[in-house]
Amino acid sequence: MNRDSSMEDWPDAVFGVLGEAGVRQVYYVPDNGHRRLIERCHADNAMLATRLTGEEEGVAALTGAWLGGDRGVLLMQSSGVGKCINMMGIVQECRVPLLMLVTMRGQWGEFNPWQVPMGRATAPVLEAAGVMVHAVDDAARVAETVRAAARLAFDAYRPVAVLIGQRVVGFKDWTR
Amino acid sequence: MSAARLDRRDVVARILAERGDTLVVTGLGSTTWDAAAAGDHRNNFYLWGGMGGAAMVGLGLANAQPGRRVLVITGDGEMLMGLGALATIGTAAPANLAVAVVDNERYGETGMQETHTAHGVDLAAVAAGAGFAAAATLRTMDEVEAWIPRLLGGPGPLFAAVKVGIEPAPMALPLRDGAAIRARFRDAVLGGRAEE
Ligand SMILES: Cc1ncc(C[n+]2csc(CCOP(=O)(O)OP(=O)(O)O)c2C)c(N)n1
Ligand SMILES: [Mg+2]
Repeated sequence: MNRDSSMEDWPDAVFGVLGEAGVRQVYYVPDNGHRRLIERCHADNAMLATRLTGEEEGVAALTGAWLGGDRGVLLMQSSGVGKCINMMGIVQECRVPLLMLVTMRGQWGEFNPWQVPMGRATAPVLEAAGVMVHAVDDAARVAETVRAAARLAFDAYRPVAVLIGQRVVGFKDWTR
Repeated sequence: MSAARLDRRDVVARILAERGDTLVVTGLGSTTWDAAAAGDHRNNFYLWGGMGGAAMVGLGLANAQPGRRVLVITGDGEMLMGLGALATIGTAAPANLAVAVVDNERYGETGMQETHTAHGVDLAAVAAGAGFAAAATLRTMDEVEAWIPRLLGGPGPLFAAVKVGIEPAPMALPLRDGAAIRARFRDAVLGGRAEE
């Protein structure tokens, strides 16, 4: 069954992909776009979901996880990306697989001007720090993109970020 | 008059002498040199960067290896940069993780500027407030000795800040190539699984 194709159930499809990829440790700072995925990870006994105070903690934690033989994923919104940059030195220097799923703000239909600067900087900043970026703007393609990113991360030992576009995540209705 | 401060190399060597098969993560700079001076070990993961990340590397490792002891040894400046990690670790509550801070109340590597702990910030109180199973500030070798079995085997998460002096210690540098450090460490921990 291909569950990749509906607008609403992409988080469930991504959850399935993470399980297939052998992801065990899940670290996150909440974003509304990740709400369902975070719930699913917490509810799954095969996964260990850990709340962070800051996104950079997750990069360090996933280094430790992989050193100990676990695969993991880091969930955040785009505002958190800048906080992670110095920690990318660890994953680059030690060639640690890093899979990040970033829900975007500051782009499609954004109402909060304060989100725009970091939203625009997200991809260039990641690339400057050596992270490979896969942007996806179509709900039907999120799961397959995460699948490809997980392979690149875990099989090719690379830091990879999937940027899940605001077009997929949806935007807040400012008037309500 | 206060008693002479502990020597950081004595403290780290004393703790590591009892390590058994403990997995050790060290923070960038001086604590990495301290561990190297105590004797290189395949179960050591030496950080040379990523300031603020040592305790969280320890958490990820402790989560991956629940049957093994994980000890993070880091500096006060390094811990202060990642203070949020104490809240995260206190909440995650890994039973097999201990964090020992070598607290010289200085940013030693960068010219001995005073850190916040020189001005009253109490890291053990932060750790206790974050929900660590136990946390203490240690000032004498007797206190360190009493805590060693806890750090290496007591129910975690555990936290100890060891107050040390600021006398310069001789240079002792371990492996520097991050890819080599991680390959050796994974081989030591995972054996045949290391190449997965
Ligand atoms: C993000 C970042 N900021 C600043 C530095 C510079 N720096 C390197 S070591 C260090 C001080 C470390 O102090 P501490 O952890 O207390 O170690 P010790 O006093 O034992 O040397 C600083 C500020 C750095 N490497 N990375
Ligand atoms: Mg210091």
